[in-house]
Amino acid sequence: MSDPRPSPAALGGRARTLPNRWDWIALPLVLGAVLAIVHGAREMGGSLESVVETPISLSPAMLPDYALQTTLRMFAAMAASLVFTFVYGTLAAKSRRLEKLLIPILDILQSVPVLGYLSFSVIFFLRLFPGSAVGAELAAIFAIFTSQAWNMAFSFYQSLRTIPPDLQEATRAFRFTRWLRFWRLEAPFATPALVWNMMMSMSGGWFFVVASEAITVGGRSVLLPGIGSYVATAIFQRDLAAIGYAIACMVIVIGLYDQLLFRPLVAWSAKFRFEELMAATQPRSWLLLLFQRARATHFLVAPLRLLRHPFLILGAPAPHAHAAPSMRRERLKDIVWYALIGAGLTAAIWSIFSYVRTGIGWSDLAETLLLGLFTSARVFSLILLASLVWVPIGVQIGLRSRLAEKVQPLIQFLAAFPANLLFPFAVLGIVHFDLQPGIWLSPLMILGTQWYILFNVIAGTMAFPADLQHASANLGIRGWLWWKRVMLPGIFPYYVTGAITASGGSWNASIVAEVASWGDTTLVSRGLGAYIQEFTDAGDYPRIVLGIVVMAAYVTACNRLLWRPLYAFAERRLRIS
Amino acid sequence: MLRNPEPILRLRGVHKSFPKASGAELLVLDDVDLEIGDGEIVCLLGRSGSGKSTLLRIIAGLLPPSTGEVRFEGEAVRGPADGIAMVFQSFALFPWLSVLENVEVGLEALGLPRAEMRKRALEAIDLIGLDGFESAYPKELSGGMRQRVGFARAIVVHPKLLLMDEAFSALDVLTAENLRTEFLELWGSGRLPIRSVLMVTHNIEEAVSMGDRILLLATNPGRIAETIRIELPRPRDRFDPAVQALVDSVYARMTARPLPPSRYVAPPAGAITEHLLQVSTNLMAGLLEILAGPAFAGRADLPHIASLLHREGHELFPLLEMLQRLGYAELEEGDILLTPEGWRFAESDPEERKANFRRQLLLHVPLAAHIRSVLDTRPRQRAPVVRFREELEDQLSAEDASDTLRAVINWGRYAELFAYDDQAEVFSLENPS
Repeated sequence: MSDPRPSPAALGGRARTLPNRWDWIALPLVLGAVLAIVHGAREMGGSLESVVETPISLSPAMLPDYALQTTLRMFAAMAASLVFTFVYGTLAAKSRRLEKLLIPILDILQSVPVLGYLSFSVIFFLRLFPGSAVGAELAAIFAIFTSQAWNMAFSFYQSLRTIPPDLQEATRAFRFTRWLRFWRLEAPFATPALVWNMMMSMSGGWFFVVASEAITVGGRSVLLPGIGSYVATAIFQRDLAAIGYAIACMVIVIGLYDQLLFRPLVAWSAKFRFEELMAATQPRSWLLLLFQRARATHFLVAPLRLLRHPFLILGAPAPHAHAAPSMRRERLKDIVWYALIGAGLTAAIWSIFSYVRTGIGWSDLAETLLLGLFTSARVFSLILLASLVWVPIGVQIGLRSRLAEKVQPLIQFLAAFPANLLFPFAVLGIVHFDLQPGIWLSPLMILGTQWYILFNVIAGTMAFPADLQHASANLGIRGWLWWKRVMLPGIFPYYVTGAITASGGSWNASIVAEVASWGDTTLVSRGLGAYIQEFTDAGDYPRIVLGIVVMAAYVTACNRLLWRPLYAFAERRLRIS
Repeated sequence: MLRNPEPILRLRGVHKSFPKASGAELLVLDDVDLEIGDGEIVCLLGRSGSGKSTLLRIIAGLLPPSTGEVRFEGEAVRGPADGIAMVFQSFALFPWLSVLENVEVGLEALGLPRAEMRKRALEAIDLIGLDGFESAYPKELSGGMRQRVGFARAIVVHPKLLLMDEAFSALDVLTAENLRTEFLELWGSGRLPIRSVLMVTHNIEEAVSMGDRILLLATNPGRIAETIRIELPRPRDRFDPAVQALVDSVYARMTARPLPPSRYVAPPAGAITEHLLQVSTNLMAGLLEILAGPAFAGRADLPHIASLLHREGHELFPLLEMLQRLGYAELEEGDILLTPEGWRFAESDPEERKANFRRQLLLHVPLAAHIRSVLDTRPRQRAPVVRFREELEDQLSAEDASDTLRAVINWGRYAELFAYDDQAEVFSLENPS
């Protein structure tokens, strides 16, 4: 008892705080990041007038500054998404009643096209902060948030629902407070899936950050300083060189983001993977290693570490009692709750209906339904086409693990690259060769999302058990039989996951991809995306709402009728566990 | 250690029932009275389905009893109580926390200051033989080392009562033996902060080697059928004739039929809604073959059979029960005896075995016979599984109904009594030809 041994953390003593060689890289990185954030944030708080009056300069010297602001918008949205995720996901997972309401809502939110939110959020936020650029900034950030938050919240909710029961029992037996349980069990358990979804969200987010900086609503246009506005200005002024600069700048930004954020986060989150054994390959990141080895940098964050313990034991010790719910009272509460939901639902549907009914009729509905058919035909044929191309290639890459390790970072990079920066080239090509825009604009929808198919197919092939491959080789299974009986079923669960992501992304991209312009040349391919875009420019709100509702309905129908059954089938029959 | 004559834990008339799919109640614990004295190790011994884990969770305050009361040190238990800690079968460690952090986390829950927390955690780690592993993560450790972390995490909160839920059954035989021995040494040395231990197990040797008392639980519903007091000094040598005699007698009592009657009315024998446990046909055939072999010549000691199963130990009783039910074997005073039918099965070729098994299945498992007769009467000879599931759920919980169906489907497939399509969830008589 009288042996107060030094704790392992204290064993190093003073030597742990002295800078070592790793610190010479780590410290400047930390300080640089802090300075950049401060600098960028100061520029975002100006007045709306100054933003409107300061034209976007196409000088490449301005690009670093624009890139910084674009990136900051992205991170602000990510921070908001994380907070949303923790609150929304926890509520949905913890309360049986809220779950019945929150999860269907999330399902709907997820199917509403991201840029559809923009036309409304702009007005809302501009009115909230009249005369200040903050309103426009918040509108853009909100648009990015809507592209990131939903799948993160879903993933968090699902993780919370699948926490192993023995760990939950352990936290109860050891009388964890709710607070401690969240930080010691729930958040860590959900981390790997959440980090993965954050990365998917970020990749998608670059697309929307570019699309949401140049906002035109009802004839009024705001160009927030950033890469998206730079590109929009370059398109308007037909400046091909500037487009090239923007692409080069974006390549650098995404490269930095990949190295400084994506990789360290994924490598770090591997620690939280719930598995019994050590995985054969651990994701690595030079930056994470650097920070783990830099001593003085540790010293800098030591005060935070000291705060951890008081933070965790907030509210301890835990209250402990069996909740003794009276069955009758619970049933009564249920009835009241469902009645409230029912009333809210009726009110919401009625208000949408009565809003949309002003000035538009059944013919508009018929038109949007038809346009939706065009767009879904495009989405499906593109998914099919991309699958025909990328499945065989992905399998070939996946079978060569050395090659796959080199290719995968490249694909992640391509998925994150905002494809809308490449649209001007497509327009030029279509105009130059005098092609049919209705067909040739379509590939733009899948330009950025096809990589998810390739990426998942490679991952699936790499996860395919080696002994199954050896067995099929041993049995002499080759050619088409090999594809039909061995490889395609083996990768199918992965393929479906990729295809679902690609399909959702393509629907979202249709709003930007069905209308593309170069200077005063504008190419339109008939579809629901172009419809929404057209009336957003015109400020015709009932038609925007109609377009969005119909698109959300199409997306939901696709998910329910095609993707979910396919996914369930793949999980049940073909998942190799 | 000065013994307190008052019991540490006292259960009075504890019942537990869970709602069935049909809305009725399924009784899993029936009128359990139990006392644990100061300085005692008590083993709850029972087969799967005897509600022993449920009972442990009620004592831990993780589940409320339906009626009856649990008192710990005179106070009614209304939730996880101060002074009761638990060791889990699956270890239940947090994979993202190091050994030290895993041990500390229970103290965080108590809101202890950091310095105090660290001191106690290091003491516990020291005591349990984990020094040097403080910064390791669970996935770097072997099963035995992981369970040591489980023990350290439990004793660090200085509980008066330690609960063990099959704490050694996920470990291999030698590791489990090593951990048990070390635990008993610590217990004997008086260095543990624990006053009493209640452990749940299905392993008879384990209970005999550790317990001061063994409480035998009867099944369906769970109730305490018998108490066996063990006066032998610890450590107990498993080859000591007195220990072996005790093990034999516990086997005999656990396999004796009929069990003491309960107030509860069990479903009549031969009903289709019995809860059946999955028993592999390979295991059945394997045991019958071994019994018929020259080593045993038709009769074997149950502890011997149990040691053959080692990690599948929890399957021993379902296996014995199924062989008995199918008329292949009889149990007698802790021994298993092959019946003439069992000899016939063991000595036939695979085709004859199937025919034999089919005959016995139709005779002795009413649900199998019921499914077959339903299929025979239907013009297309097909029936969806829901039809039978609903019948079962009138009497069983949804989970038990699923177990039962899974078991019957496997036996029926082996016996070629019927076919089953898991995709369509349909029984049929059509086998692919």
